[in-house]
Amino acid sequence: MSTLQNRIQATFDRLKATQRKALIPFITAGDPTLDMTVPLMHALVEAGADVIELGVPFSDPMADGPTIQRASERALKNGMTLRGVLAMVAAFRQQDAVTPVVLMGYGNPIEALGWETFAARCAAVGVDGVLTVDFPPEESHVAFEYLQRYDIAPIFLIAPTTTEARIAQVARLARGYVYYVSLKGVTGSGNLDVDSIAAKMPQLRQFLNLPIGVGFGIRDAETARQVAQVSDAVVIGSRIVQEIESSAPDRLLDNVQNFVAGVRAALDRKERL
Amino acid sequence: MQSYNQPDATGHFGPYGGIYMAETLIPAVEELRQQYERFRDDPDFKAEFAHELKHYVGRPSPIYHAKRLSDSLGGAQIYLKREDLNHTGAHKINNAIGQALLAKRMGKRRVIAETGAGMHGVATATVAARFGMECIVYMGADDIQRQAPNVFRMKLLGATVVPVESGSRTLKDACNEAIRDWVTHVESTFYIFGTAAGPHPYPMMVRDFQCVIGNEAKVQMPEMIGRQPDAVSACVGGGSNAIGLFHPYIEVEGVKIIGVEAGGYGLATGKHAAPLTGDAKVGVLHGNKVYLMQDENGQIIETHSISAGLDYPGVGPEHCLLKDMGRAEYVAATDEEALAAFDALCRFEGIIPALESSHALAHAIKIAPEMGRDKVLLVNLSGRGDKDMNTVARIKGITL
Repeated sequence: MSTLQNRIQATFDRLKATQRKALIPFITAGDPTLDMTVPLMHALVEAGADVIELGVPFSDPMADGPTIQRASERALKNGMTLRGVLAMVAAFRQQDAVTPVVLMGYGNPIEALGWETFAARCAAVGVDGVLTVDFPPEESHVAFEYLQRYDIAPIFLIAPTTTEARIAQVARLARGYVYYVSLKGVTGSGNLDVDSIAAKMPQLRQFLNLPIGVGFGIRDAETARQVAQVSDAVVIGSRIVQEIESSAPDRLLDNVQNFVAGVRAALDRKERL
Repeated sequence: MQSYNQPDATGHFGPYGGIYMAETLIPAVEELRQQYERFRDDPDFKAEFAHELKHYVGRPSPIYHAKRLSDSLGGAQIYLKREDLNHTGAHKINNAIGQALLAKRMGKRRVIAETGAGMHGVATATVAARFGMECIVYMGADDIQRQAPNVFRMKLLGATVVPVESGSRTLKDACNEAIRDWVTHVESTFYIFGTAAGPHPYPMMVRDFQCVIGNEAKVQMPEMIGRQPDAVSACVGGGSNAIGLFHPYIEVEGVKIIGVEAGGYGLATGKHAAPLTGDAKVGVLHGNKVYLMQDENGQIIETHSISAGLDYPGVGPEHCLLKDMGRAEYVAATDEEALAAFDALCRFEGIIPALESSHALAHAIKIAPEMGRDKVLLVNLSGRGDKDMNTVARIKGITL
């Protein structure tokens, strides 16, 4: 039985039944402190998050903009490691057996731990999916083999520049959901174009039977709402990390929760645009 | 020996190399691969490349017998492949010209580059001026301090030099920032990558452009001494000057191949930039799987070398394979040994070498006395030392 995989699937099924869209916030594990991450995860869920993308910090986050890069640097300075991130998920699972957790990061910390050990640990602590930014399908044979063995969903990125042949390739390997990068650029960039996202969706749906999440460049509740009209999920990263970065320690949970709750309310508003 | 034909169709050199890139850049890398496949054997492309190398770069670069230095050591004869005499003062221009010609054919008018010592940045700024392209060079803030003359040269040539303040503020961080630029401007921009590493096809393409070094040497050595040398040697950071010399010699029997990494304060101190000789584990960074300096958690560690051009935690994938095959031997020279070699070449031969190339010289100086006087060591003098005046003066306690 694949209970872990089903956590993502069950979430999207439940949302579909109530005609709601998934809200997927991203935070970097270990930012701003090691102790804050698990409380932040619970706060995100309370504010209306459906899936949590938990960033595994890396020394050289090439696909990320300055905001998430700074979060990575803070987390590494705090001593965050991949093993530590897995332990945080285990701690989170003690109080939350339902919300899917997806680890997002770069391949090298996983290579260093070993894919088999990593996948086994993911299964043991309750990680549901893994997105390895710099491992495209071509280089994911080993990763895929172990993730599949332990029933962890491999999450892949699709970009505006991705060809149809590659979308088809992703469709064969991906499980859980697919993450559509809404613009050319690094995380946290501006200039998101909802019309071009809408125009891309029919092509993606032609190949993909999985829910499609859209991220990169979603900075406010209204944009999130517009994006959600044409997709199954919105992913918000840099904007939340920014909230974490700029908040005083005693205001941090409230500020993040308020922002996420605002997005949740916008997503759930009944009238059409 | 089994015929050597690397990389394979998917860009792997044995277990190394590959295309470990974010999806946003995969189409760009794929377009580059297709365009390079199309032009690499195109007669017009090859003719234009050869013409530029001859008339703009000043090739072929001579080979010089460092006789006084050799005599002082009392052993093997040291010959130098004079890449320092190229236009812009290093081997980097060979590759920059090749990639600029490709960019031109692909209709890209904006080129970007990362640089460590500044030689690749200068080479890229130079070819951008030569072909009328916009040029942005990313350079670690620490390297900008270390290599001020090259920063000024790039600006004179019309390039914008962007200081990179993140991470260790050196070459690897400049790579990260250039990759971010490329993701953001993927359609208009050609990334002129400086070394034989990164995602496929870069390791192959940069090697091909740099192979002019070894191909010339293979003709020049018999002309000079009636045979091929007993060993060829070069410094290895990312390893483009080295692979350019080594590759044409891989299937030449009887020629030993020696790559010299930056030993920094010594391998035992951990403060070095020698992934091949320093027992680094295999890992993934900047688009390829290679031997990589990292901690036990897979985070890339800060490297140290006196030479900014070698101060990089990884190394090109083909060197990783040559090490595993045993076809090439990799060793390290420390900062101190490189400085001694720098001084020796200045005094014995009237040639001021780059600190990078001084590492290869240092190893030659170490092993020459153990070899017979009839033995010949060909060392790639990959660049000249003008850019290192400030660094060397500071170490000698002199204010310029």
